[in-house]
Amino acid sequence: MTSAPLIPIHSYLVVSVLLFAIGLIGVFTRRNAIAVLLSIELMLNAANINFVAFWRYSGGAQMEGQVFAIAIITVAAAEAAIALAIILNVYRRFRTVNVDQINLMKG
Amino acid sequence: MGGYELYLIPGFPLIASLLIAALLLRRGERVAPFALIAALLGSLSLSVWALSLTEGHRSFSTALTWLHVGSITLEAGILIDGLSSIMMIVVCTVSLLVQIYSIGYMKGEAGYGRYFAYMSLFSGSMLGLVISDNIAQTYIFWELVGICSYLLIGFWYRRPCAAAAAKKAFVVTRFGDLGFLTAILILSFQSHGILGPHAVFGFRPLEHLVGAGAMGPTIVTVVALLLFCGAVGKSAQFPLHIWLPDAMEGPTPVSALIHAATMVAAGVYLVARCYFFFAAAPIALFVVAIIGLATLFFAASMGVAENDIKRVLAYSTISQLGYMMLALGVGGYTAGFFHLTTHAFFKALLFLTAGSVIHSVHTNDMWQMGGLGRRMPITAITCLVGALALAGIPPLSGFWSKDEILAAVWFSAIPGGKIIFAFALAGVVLTAFYMFRLWFVTFTGAPRTEMAAHAHESPLVMTIPLLVLATLVVVAGGLKAYVPWASGGIAEVIRFGHGEDRASSVVMAASMVVAVIGIAVAWAAYRASVISPAAFNARFPAVYHLLKNAWYFNRAWELFATHVVIAGARLAAWFDRHVVNGMVDGVAWISGWIANRLRLAQTGQMQFYALVFVIALIAGLIVVFGRDQSLLTLVMRRP
Repeated sequence: MTSAPLIPIHSYLVVSVLLFAIGLIGVFTRRNAIAVLLSIELMLNAANINFVAFWRYSGGAQMEGQVFAIAIITVAAAEAAIALAIILNVYRRFRTVNVDQINLMKG
Repeated sequence: MGGYELYLIPGFPLIASLLIAALLLRRGERVAPFALIAALLGSLSLSVWALSLTEGHRSFSTALTWLHVGSITLEAGILIDGLSSIMMIVVCTVSLLVQIYSIGYMKGEAGYGRYFAYMSLFSGSMLGLVISDNIAQTYIFWELVGICSYLLIGFWYRRPCAAAAAKKAFVVTRFGDLGFLTAILILSFQSHGILGPHAVFGFRPLEHLVGAGAMGPTIVTVVALLLFCGAVGKSAQFPLHIWLPDAMEGPTPVSALIHAATMVAAGVYLVARCYFFFAAAPIALFVVAIIGLATLFFAASMGVAENDIKRVLAYSTISQLGYMMLALGVGGYTAGFFHLTTHAFFKALLFLTAGSVIHSVHTNDMWQMGGLGRRMPITAITCLVGALALAGIPPLSGFWSKDEILAAVWFSAIPGGKIIFAFALAGVVLTAFYMFRLWFVTFTGAPRTEMAAHAHESPLVMTIPLLVLATLVVVAGGLKAYVPWASGGIAEVIRFGHGEDRASSVVMAASMVVAVIGIAVAWAAYRASVISPAAFNARFPAVYHLLKNAWYFNRAWELFATHVVIAGARLAAWFDRHVVNGMVDGVAWISGWIANRLRLAQTGQMQFYALVFVIALIAGLIVVFGRDQSLLTLVMRRP
């Protein structure tokens, strides 16, 4: 079914690392909670790329890589729903979704 | 020999005290003394049996383990030898007679049952102290007799002076007890590990340890001196003697039993019981002798100017206890204990006669008495017997024991022995003088008050114990020559090492002559009015005031308490407030300071937390996989 891939796995891993790094930097730097959420989605997708790439390059006999990728997409959808609900509540309470303004736990 | 039944010697009165406290206090107060008397009769017969068991200078001990605490094992034990069994017979006899006397003396008194409950507790505790085979148990009973003394001095607790006297007695003896407790603590550290894993408290094991030189001479000396501290407090020795005259606020039978015959003798008994420490520490022995000498001389001189009949006897007791300590200090082991025995009888007798007089005249001031001899003949004659014994007139018991003490001093090799002897002899003169001053003023001449003129003899229940005690005072001197189950007399039963048996007709004659001089001066001053005491006082006001105020010892202690002790307390309070509290506060402050710094880490910024989390994760990964190249090569391997 599968022939030897033309593009080496490195390329996929580099894309995945870049995507993950962009997501991480977004989590650290974006002030808007929704943007933070989006960045987390990027990181999850970086993991997805890894799963599929490793599956493809390890022979592709079993389906774990794809199954996990689909599981992560499902979890990400659920997570997005909950996170958006939280953000909505945070907005009602603080009238802002800027995460740096929500510092009730400051010591 | 099992001997467990001998536990009942202290057991009987202790059971009686529980019985009286639990059952008889509410109803049946009248039966209370009989419960105690029955208990004491049981204890007395067991004590006599115990003495019979020591025939042939034997001794034995039994112990029950009471509790283990770490390396310390406390035991409830009994040690039966000549010393303890004779002491127990003395305690039981005097206590028995005092209880019978108390039935009459305390009649109609509020707290009649309470009185006998305390007395039972005291008798049991005193017997427990005497029979004890280890120093820890001795200390427990030592404190128990102390608390009984406190309770009984303050028996009339509604009277402020009685309450104050009780407190004073308790606090002053506490000074000494501190030394005793320290000695026990030192022993528990020093003896630990020598004979096994446990600390040694038993008298006989300790004697072996000291005899074998297992403890250094310094330790032995320190322990001996600290034990003597306890004895100084309990036996009212100089300079802690000040509590005993005040203790006379208690009922007179209490003074007779506790503050004359038994409890105050416990200090002497302790020194005798722990004599192996003292024998191995010449410095301690010398201190004992000097303190004894100072006590006997000062106290005797204080007795000369006292007008309260009971306080005269209290000073006399202090002075006689000083003689006993002096005897022990110069090595007169038998003499000291012999005097303890005879003194218990004649001083109890004297106190009981004083009580009889007070019961009848309702005052303690001897100058409000006079001429009581004709109205109270039994009291007067028994008091005379006691006074002659105290003064040391043969053939009464006091003569024999005092003579032995003087002989022991005379023959001792102690430095300054002859000077000590001179002071001891001077004490004999003073003793004879104050005692006969008391007797002449109280019982002879014309009645000085209305009350004295209408005095009447006490009831039989009081006079019979007086007569029995007077008989004992007369015959107790015979112990010198004969003790049941020991043909050689008291020196065979009570001895340390090889014992000592020296007599000197010179000493005997000297003590007799000076006693007669003392009596003659008292007669001349207070009976025949040849010498005028008032003129003497006017001539030497300094001497009079010094004696009248008991050498200002109370004043000195008061100054000591108000200045030195309070200053010490201030210092301790300062230390507590600034150093001890400061340390506690410091711990709290440092924790707060660190917390204040640490809380800055809690920014409340979610992204900051995430950053820290990621950095920590990367650091963790580097630590775990940092040196493991395989993971990297796995990823980097080209297909």
